[in-house]
This record gives sequence, structure tokens and C-alpha cells, in this order.
Amino acid sequence: MKHTLAVLVENKYGVLARVAGLFSRRGYNIDSLAVGITDDPDISRMSIVVHGDDYVLEQVTKQLNKLVDVIRVTDLDAKDSVERELALIKVTTDTKTRPEIMQIVDVFRARTVDVAAKSMTIEITGNEDKINAIEQLLRPFGIKEMVRTGKIAMTRGIKKS
Amino acid sequence: MKESTEKMTGARALIECLYKENVDTIFGYPGGAVLPLYDEIYKSDLNHILTRHEQSAAHAADGYARATGKTGVCVATSGPGATNLVTGIATAYMDSIPMVAITGQVPTFMIGNDAFQEANITGITLPITKHNYLVQDANDLPRVIKEAFHIASTGRKGPVLIDIPKDVTAQEIYFHYPDKVELRGYKPTYKGNLQQVKKASEYIERSKKPVIYAGGGIINSNASDELKEFAEKINAPVTTTLTGIGSFPDDHPQYIGMLGMHGTKYANYAIQESDLIIAVGARFDDRVTGKIAAFAPNADIIHIDIDPAEISKNIKVSVPIVGDAKWILKSLTKQVSTCDFGPWLQKINQWKKQYPLKYFENEDVIKPQYVIEQINEACDDAIIVTEVGQHQMWASQYFKFKEPRTFITSGGLGTMGYGFPAALGAKIGKPEKVVFDIAGDGSFQMNSQELATAVQHNIPVIIAVINNCYLGMVRQWQELFFEQRYSCTCLEESVDFVKLAEAYGALGLRAEKPDEVRPVIDKALESGRPTVIDFIVEKSENVSPMVPASAAINEILDLER
Repeated sequence: MKHTLAVLVENKYGVLARVAGLFSRRGYNIDSLAVGITDDPDISRMSIVVHGDDYVLEQVTKQLNKLVDVIRVTDLDAKDSVERELALIKVTTDTKTRPEIMQIVDVFRARTVDVAAKSMTIEITGNEDKINAIEQLLRPFGIKEMVRTGKIAMTRGIKKS
Repeated sequence: MKESTEKMTGARALIECLYKENVDTIFGYPGGAVLPLYDEIYKSDLNHILTRHEQSAAHAADGYARATGKTGVCVATSGPGATNLVTGIATAYMDSIPMVAITGQVPTFMIGNDAFQEANITGITLPITKHNYLVQDANDLPRVIKEAFHIASTGRKGPVLIDIPKDVTAQEIYFHYPDKVELRGYKPTYKGNLQQVKKASEYIERSKKPVIYAGGGIINSNASDELKEFAEKINAPVTTTLTGIGSFPDDHPQYIGMLGMHGTKYANYAIQESDLIIAVGARFDDRVTGKIAAFAPNADIIHIDIDPAEISKNIKVSVPIVGDAKWILKSLTKQVSTCDFGPWLQKINQWKKQYPLKYFENEDVIKPQYVIEQINEACDDAIIVTEVGQHQMWASQYFKFKEPRTFITSGGLGTMGYGFPAALGAKIGKPEKVVFDIAGDGSFQMNSQELATAVQHNIPVIIAVINNCYLGMVRQWQELFFEQRYSCTCLEESVDFVKLAEAYGALGLRAEKPDEVRPVIDKALESGRPTVIDFIVEKSENVSPMVPASAAINEILDLER
């Protein structure tokens, strides 16, 4: 099962290595990882997506909590949180395919952020499924390059995660 | 102390910090990157013990910590000095021993450039320290040191490493030592949840066959008295882990010895038949549980531990209580009613009589167990430190420990070469105590160079080498599980340990017959000098009883011969 962990950490060098080390030591693969500072510049927030059963997740959470630089760990429930990911997709185009691609971009409420003679770069924001879907549709045109930020997430309502 | 108006170097500030932490003894080895620091050590009142290898400095700091309960401090230079500490740090980490390791580092502007004697020691020690620091500005040094000692000695204790670049030790600062530690990500729980305590006492009152399973956490929490009070109130049998030995008096009628791979038969039988295990400061290590699926099949488990991550890590727990063993045992004793498990204790006593620890005595050849018994008889309040292997198990089985902090051994990591330097640290911490390092001929050779340290600093520990000319524990496994193919375990044509001792200026003694054992022990005790006793023992003696790897702990073999 997939879990999204919101991990508040001290904004210090080496913290990422400590967190990543916990996962690698136990052979747990991180599906995605996004890090950035929060409203408090001394605190960073990591959004970590991991695969694993409840036992694995419990272990990971407890081990994360043991790190001195980790302030709080929350397992975000998909139903009660807002999840977003951003991707940039560079697609091969020519004059014939361009309108069709533009149409897809439109339907998905994505944006075209770069157009060149033989390529187009599309920016798409949404949950994982949405990004997977546009990727599927664009693939036949030839995806030259793609980059995804990894998921970031936040609880709905007033509650802090 | 108010902020000083005079400037001082980072190195000097470090010494001031150590004073503030009441450190009087440090174990270390100098080198290029720590030259400014060693210059300040020279001018200071600190007692610096110069080991002959950095690994030994870490083990000595560890032995000092285990004997005294204080935080041990070791120092090494950058690069190889720092990497040589690694085994000692890992040893302390696995057994939750409070330690602060200080390493020199190349100057900040050279870090990452593969400079001479550079190693990324904070990276290397990431998984074997409770926390570590690379200090990039001397102004951070006092706070970092305050935090390091705090982290090492609170919660689940453990080693903390501080890496200090050479230019930081030379940088001038206004010294100010903080009064408080502020770490929002580090708040250990000491007081257990009272609801859980209540629930636990209900489980105890309902049970018929409880066993108390006490680990090193009792010693770390200084909770031996509380353990005794609790055990006596509920009148349940007590078994200990290897690192828990000494937390409960060996001669107590409720004590059933160590459990697990080389535990007593009766402790293992008791666990397997119990309906309730009360684990305190223990972590269900594989050497304790054997085949985990077959461990204590009928028992509910109460798990008292300061580290929440230990709860339900290896085994599913019915009643977890997170907090300090001392605090929880106290409140549990208060909460629980007096119990009587008479029939259960009777059954265990029956097992005790039926399956005692035993070996066959021999008039011509020294039996290793006999050596331990004789040391026990000669000096029953000694601190016994061990290396790792057969002799370690014999020491745990045949010495009757009555007090906490009198049995010092590398349990989790199982580090050969640990015992001798740890014995030096223990003796420095407890100079009034007689300290033995019970060693194997293999283990002792891993750090025998410390004889120079013992002689130079006049640290009169006695090394009892149980010399069977084998790496005995590995040999035992080869005998039992590899059809007696003794691959690389024979140490025949080995060292003359008496001459080795003499070469360093220590006393060397030897016993080859059983009737020589006691006289050489007495001679060593009288000498007041660092002494090596070479006990030439039965070569093929096995540690008995034994649970084969991944068997259930009641499938326990007799191996005495």
C-alpha cells in the first residue's frame, strides 16, 4: 500500500541523508521525495511517498521520529488531504501534430511553457493519476524528456499535518 | 558562567565545555587535525589516557561509561583516526552506551577535496550514532557539545560524534556555555502511561505463569533496586539478557539465569511455558528469541522500553509501556497487588534441579568453566569485562554477579577485541574495584597492544586468557554444523602470552594444570600490576547448553564433554 508521509525537519545540512539512510538501511524504496522550506525558514517539509504494509510503515515512522532533526511525522490519508504533483513534459511535435497536442493540453488544463520547431514543453499540475493520464496520451507523439516533482500533500481543513 | 569578555580558541572552548560537563577523563590518540586540541589538553587538568589504537580509545570510553554510568569521551584525529573509532562507536550504539566521540577534521575550506587524512566521518557514522555533528563555526561549539552530552545520556542512551575541523579549533570566540538544551525534535518519554501501567498490572494479576525478562535497559536506567522490589512483590521468576546480567542478584531465589542461545535450560523452558512475559529494557534480540515464530507461544507480552521504536519491532506486544524502566517499575510495583505464583515457581525450581548448568571436571586439564569459578571464588565483587566468544558465555554462566555494572560485555555487536580496552576504561572509572578481562586467545590478540597503555598509565587490570588455541566459538559451530571442517579457526603455534606481557613490562603468568589456577589468580591479585594470565585450557570444550541457530529456545542441546 502507498503512503504519503509529511515529515517536518530542521532545515540543516545532512538531514536529507539521515532520512534517506533510514529507508535505504532497511531496503525500503522511496517512490518519491519532495523537500522545501515551510513558513518557518528553520523548518523544512519533506513529502515522502513509500510502499509498504502497516508494519513497514510503523517501523519507518518510529525510526524517523527517533532522528533528532525530525520534528514531526504524519501519515497523510489520501481522502483527507490535498495532493499535487507537477510535471514538465517535452514532446516531439511538427506542424501536423501540434494542434492535436494543444487540444490535449487544453482538456487537461495543462500549460504550454515552451514551443520550438520540433518540440513543445508542457507543464501539468494535478494528482498522480492526472499526470499519468496525460503522459499516456502524449506518449504516441514521442516524449523526449519528462520530469516530475514528486508528490506534495497537505491535510484538508484547519488541521495541521 | 557569563559570556567571557576575553576571546578564546575553539580548542580552548572545547576544554571548557568538557569541564562544564564534569568530564575528568578522556581516552584518545593525537594526530595532525587535532594538534590545536591536544595543545589545550596539555595545558588542561583533564586526565588523558593514551591508548595505542583509536579503536581502543572508543572501547575504553565505553567501558568507563558502563562501569560508572557517566558518559565516556574519546578523541581521535581526522581520517584514519576517526575511522578507527567506528567499531567502538558501533559497539556502544548496539548496547545503548552513552558516549561522546570527538574527531578532528581537515580545515573547512578543504572538506570534500580528498585532503590528506580526510574522511567523511559524519557520513560514515550516520547509522551507528544516535546523532552526529560537523561543527562549521566555533561559535556553535558550546551549544553542540551541550546538546551532544544531553543526547548521549538521556532517553535511550547512545554514542554521539562531533567532528571539528582544524580551523574551527583555532577560530577565536567569546565563550558562552548554554544553560539549557533546546531540541524540538528530541523529547524522550520518561513517565509511562498510567493507563498502560494499570492494564499491565491486570495482566500480571490474571496470569499463572509470568516471567520477568530484564535487559540492559535496567542497568542503563539504574533500576536494579526497582526491579528487585517489583519482582519480589509479584513473586515471579526473573531471567536476564546478556547485557542485563547483574541487574538482578544471581543468588536471589527468583533468579533463573540468562535466557536464549546459551542461556540456562530452565530460563528457556520457563519462557516457553509462560503465559506472560514482562520485558523490561530488553529488545527481543534474535540470540534471545531463537526461532521467533516459536517463541513463548502461549504468552502475552508486556513490553517496557524507553524507545518506542522497539515496541512490536521483533514480536507483537500486548501491553506496550514507553518510558524509563525505573519510573515504570516503581509505579507498576505500586499499582499491582501482591501475587503468589507458588506452583509455577515450584515447577521452575524442579527444572533448576533437573537441568543445572554443568561441565565435567578434569584433574589433568584445566576446564575453562573452572577458571571462571576460581576467579569468582578469589574475588566475587570484581568487575568482569569480556571479549567475545566462548569465554564470554562461560563468564556469563559461571560467575555469580550480584551487582549492576559488574559485568561488561559487547552484547549487540559482539566485538572481539572489546574487552581489554573496555577493562582499562572500567578500571579508570572504578579504581577501587578489581577488574578482570576474561579473554579468549583470539580476541585478546585483536587489541593486545593496549598492554602498553596499561603499563604506561599503571592501570592494573588482569587479563585472564582462556587459551584453547582456537577461535573457539567458531570452531564449535564448525564442529556442530560444518562436519568438523575447522576452516581457519586453529591458532596453534600462537603467541607466548607470558613473554608478550613481559615485553610490555606487564606481569605474565601461566597455568597449565587445574591446581595451578588458583595460585596464579592470587599472584595476579597480589601483584597490583597489569597482568596477563595464560590459562592453557581444554581445546575442544563447547559452550553448553546451546540452542542451534533458528531453533526454538526449548530445543536446547547439551554439549558438555
